[in-house]
Amino acid sequence: MRAYTPKDNVQKKSYYTDRFYVSPQVPKQVVESDEVFAADLAAIKSKFDVLDAYIQVGQMVVFINPQDNYKVLELLRDDLEYTQLSEMSAIDFIAQKNSFEVFYQMLSMNKRKRIRIKMTIKNGAAVNSVEPLFRSADWAEREMFDMFGIEANGHPFMKRILMPYDWQGNPLLKTYPLQGDEFAAWYEVDKIYGKEAREEIGPEIRDTARVDRYDSNRFSRLGHEVPKGTEITGDEPVVEQSYQEDGGVFLIKKFDRESSVVIDDPQR
Amino acid sequence: MAQIKNRLTPFFENITFDRDDNELVLNFGPQHPSSHGQLRLMLHLQQEQIVKAHPDVGYLHRGMEKMAENMIYNEFMPTTDRMDYIASSSNNYGFALAVEKLIGLDVPRRAKVIRMMLLEINRLMSHLFWLATTALDIGAMTVFLYAFREREYLMDIIEGYCGARLTHSAIRIGGVPLDIQDSFLHQLRVFLNKLPQNIKDYEDLLDTNRIWLMRMEEVGVVSKEMALSWACTGPMLRASGVAWDIRKEEPYELYDEVEFNVPYSDKGDNFARYRIYMQEMRESAKILYQCIDMYQECVKNNQTELMAHSPKYISASKLDIMTQNYSLMQHFVLVTQGMRPPVGEVYVATESPKGELGFFINSQGGPYPYRLKLRAPSFWHTGILTDLLPGHYIPDVVSIIGTTNIVFGEVDR
Repeated sequence: MRAYTPKDNVQKKSYYTDRFYVSPQVPKQVVESDEVFAADLAAIKSKFDVLDAYIQVGQMVVFINPQDNYKVLELLRDDLEYTQLSEMSAIDFIAQKNSFEVFYQMLSMNKRKRIRIKMTIKNGAAVNSVEPLFRSADWAEREMFDMFGIEANGHPFMKRILMPYDWQGNPLLKTYPLQGDEFAAWYEVDKIYGKEAREEIGPEIRDTARVDRYDSNRFSRLGHEVPKGTEITGDEPVVEQSYQEDGGVFLIKKFDRESSVVIDDPQR
Repeated sequence: MAQIKNRLTPFFENITFDRDDNELVLNFGPQHPSSHGQLRLMLHLQQEQIVKAHPDVGYLHRGMEKMAENMIYNEFMPTTDRMDYIASSSNNYGFALAVEKLIGLDVPRRAKVIRMMLLEINRLMSHLFWLATTALDIGAMTVFLYAFREREYLMDIIEGYCGARLTHSAIRIGGVPLDIQDSFLHQLRVFLNKLPQNIKDYEDLLDTNRIWLMRMEEVGVVSKEMALSWACTGPMLRASGVAWDIRKEEPYELYDEVEFNVPYSDKGDNFARYRIYMQEMRESAKILYQCIDMYQECVKNNQTELMAHSPKYISASKLDIMTQNYSLMQHFVLVTQGMRPPVGEVYVATESPKGELGFFINSQGGPYPYRLKLRAPSFWHTGILTDLLPGHYIPDVVSIIGTTNIVFGEVDR
């Protein structure tokens, strides 16, 4: 029987996992243990539903409903002094619960606090753009769209940012293959000339270091140079290439291996 | 079979670059010497004035976040070198710190001091490189040669420590792999004693230079609101009137024990950023002098530990691995399977030379990070060009790109 490979997560798997191993958890603290965070959470809770909230590694994490994201971030920016959106992106949980987790990493410089607003959105759903609040979301949301295919409603320019505009697929999805498509080299040929032209055109040459010994136009026959356009027969004389002209150049000393000095004192 | 030369139709062939509204679209880059890497700017011009700027990035995208999801934590360390390759130890450090926070490790004091020295040397290297390339872009070739000369000394010191000049991988999760070499402190002190005079030399060449001032003053003004909204950090933010330095405000390592100032300015223009870079070099030198003293104190107190002791996550010392069976077994498991941090999330920000370098790690208890988000300062400092460039002229683009100090290994990741 062939080994089963899950299609919803094609990422690398650990080759050995102890069945009875229970992972420890990064400790979570209750929000009440920090006064500033408790006040912030109370302010958010007074207006919006909070699904979960805790402190982990010194930062508060608040789970909200996805439709509230714009309003919550507006509240954070205008009333709670979280003036910077440091980072935002998503995490792919399609295999586990058919959804993404989107997080907004906020920074308050006056309070010296960072909080993370998180929300779970269904696979295929879009989020509200927070670009009108924070210009930094302009590029961050484009990157999220590029990498996960999550669109941001109301974004002024929802286009790919890192990958080429005509790219297929979203690289950070867990379903995205780790190996390239071996037939990709032919797609362009097939599209323009048809499959039957493959023989005639040949595969695309992708090796940048390739030296064609029959190429007399591009100076790639180092040590075997012939005049441009010469018909190559294979028994051309070897041309000795010296590093400098024999007669020497004005003002420039001839490099001589015998009389050169190697400096090996690091202090010099 | 020989390849038949054919001309494929480029897909942008139908775009008219000269339009009816007398607006010219100029492609600045991606192969432009002053774009500091692979930046393509699509500039809409009215005469020589920019009315719309559209930075296009992604030419150096290597998918580091994806790579991280398929690597054990220690394997990812050399990849972080390739983010901000001008100061690669600060990337190594940011990642190491994030994983240490995730698994709750405490690093020995001597390793902390060495890390701080590496970080500050990297900051100096980065700032010198910034000064050199920006001055070169603006035409000050002398400064370029001088600053690269000084940077060379620092690279020699780093090379003596870890063997590499550019991609250091000099920091490990849990500490540092090696103690500093014998000549390290001496070389560093010699360098630091010369540095104030060197910085003065650069300033003598630039501070009152008419061309430099015309290219720098009142050009590329970033207001405070704009800097905050675009998530600017580091010198970009400090030049715009916010004295925010993560080393000071959220101290990591031993930055709360050293004394240094956070230079800032209200001007927000290119010249303010230049001044901040120069002053930060002096502050880094100050920190390094204190680090040398702290290191010698560690030697005096016989604090020789360089790696944290945590058998579940960190391999034992070489001596233990070679002499003790259990350490060897642990090491074998950690190398072949990788450490498995606890389930949870962490976002750790450090002050890299360019700004806030953040690592967000979501761990599901496996040996590979479930999600790793690299928050690179240059990404946002490139984004701000959209709003910053309109109204400026083409020569200003060069000086503005220069002072934003973007590195494309970091923008595209």
